[in-house]
Amino acid sequence: MLKIDGLEVTFSRAGADPVRAVRGVSFEVAQGESYGIVGESGSGKSTVLRAICGLAPTTGGQITLEGTPLPAPRSPAFYRRVQMVFQDPYASLHPRHTVDTVLSEPLAIQGFERREARIEAALTDVGLGPDFRFRYPHQLSGGQRQRVAVARALILEPQILLLDEPTSALDASIQAEVLNLLDRLRAERGLTYVMVSHDLAVISHMCERLLVMQHGQAVEELSREALRARAASTDYTRRLLKASVGYTREDAPA
Amino acid sequence: MTMTRDWLLSERPASRRQARIGQIYRTWLAFRGNGLALFGACIVLALVVVAILAPWLAPHDPLIGDLNHTRLLPPLTEGYWLGTDEQGRDILSRLLHGARITLAVVALVAVIATPVGLLVGTTAGYFGGWVDTVLMRITDIVLAFPKLILALAFVAALGPGIENAIIAISITAWPPYARLARAETLTIRNSDFIAATKLQGASSARIIWKHVVPLCLSSVIVRVTLDMAGIILTAAGLGFLGLGAQPPQPEWGAMIAGGRNFLVDYWWVATMPGLAIFTVSLGFNLLGDGLRDVLDPRGRK
Repeated sequence: MLKIDGLEVTFSRAGADPVRAVRGVSFEVAQGESYGIVGESGSGKSTVLRAICGLAPTTGGQITLEGTPLPAPRSPAFYRRVQMVFQDPYASLHPRHTVDTVLSEPLAIQGFERREARIEAALTDVGLGPDFRFRYPHQLSGGQRQRVAVARALILEPQILLLDEPTSALDASIQAEVLNLLDRLRAERGLTYVMVSHDLAVISHMCERLLVMQHGQAVEELSREALRARAASTDYTRRLLKASVGYTREDAPA
Repeated sequence: MTMTRDWLLSERPASRRQARIGQIYRTWLAFRGNGLALFGACIVLALVVVAILAPWLAPHDPLIGDLNHTRLLPPLTEGYWLGTDEQGRDILSRLLHGARITLAVVALVAVIATPVGLLVGTTAGYFGGWVDTVLMRITDIVLAFPKLILALAFVAALGPGIENAIIAISITAWPPYARLARAETLTIRNSDFIAATKLQGASSARIIWKHVVPLCLSSVIVRVTLDMAGIILTAAGLGFLGLGAQPPQPEWGAMIAGGRNFLVDYWWVATMPGLAIFTVSLGFNLLGDGLRDVLDPRGRK
């Protein structure tokens, strides 16, 4: 469904060397699949997502959605099919907008009908009642904010949801809640996920396949089974897997 | 009473209106705690009331005096509590009518300069690149002119009068607001909530108007309020130099200019309008400081 072929993202800034954030990354996501991208900080995994939705410049390679290359800048129709949830729920909601404003904005832009009903349905879908509709972000907890962000992304009824570390800014108990919510929504609506995380446990819970990235390049692609069996073929992935277990006594220098 | 209070401060408002009013009420509660700001607000409010009610409050005609009987009466004379000027006009009545002119200057400059500054600043900051360069260089050029001198040149070209003074002051007043709005815009244009709005297919105009401007507005309002004192002083300065309001209009600056010829013998003629300018400027400054504490999101945390 979504195919990324040799994607290159280079940020050029005046007076500084250009930064090659993504260098020739290719992968393909099938309809209804949940695809994970893991890597350490600065590996370019978030930039891949931002390039897909047009927030980062594509300087090489091609992104195609169902066989058609995506235009730059992206068309409004594209945003009905692909939406994104950001990492930090404290930064992704406008501080002066109520939940109601946040949710009605996309509907107004895209010219949807039955807005009132859609807003109430969206809030119920993400497990927030109509009680929350007229609250400001400062009246919400982190988990509630992220639910609002998910509702905002889903209110346009997209087919593909790009998730940029959707739980890393939340504490552990709420992480599980939001992940279960995302799992349920995917099952109910047949959504396709592309999820970025540095947390292998989250990825192995959520995703059927995953891509390991390092320094802007794809290192290897693994299936969930291979990940759980720790059957990695490259050194880097093996180290990443080991690091995800946590610090053990054997690591200590003798 | 407690029921209304609970309704206003409810954490789960039931309608758009309740959410908005609740937010305003919270701001008011924060503002109310600041005594000096409240005092400033009272002065500004008093200015507005006096300007509206001037014809009913003023005991005498502000433009025509009695040259035979009431010339240069000292303050606290029966019926002329602030004294009279060299044409026998009651100074109190002139001050009350002058409040209208002062308020008109302040309001019109705010209405003209603030939107221009906001528009230029947010556009420059949001788009960046050459749009930013062009707009901000224009701003720099206007900013490079000394305010009063440019206003003087302008009034000299257009002819003296209060309308031209207002235009002249507005032209020199917007650049600081543009600077401020641009700086605010730069800090928010790369934030996730702007990116999220882009991802909904919003146009740049919509993002600037609905998402960027509301966040710049509070700091610009604070700045405008603090500048009001300066604007009043500039208008009074133009009046003092004979380029603002024309006689016999009771503009405060022009009144000081009239009284300066005999300042030593008849001190009250220049002093009373001076006190009025001082009080109103102080009021705006105190109000501005209070608004900054309440509206500026950085100040609150």
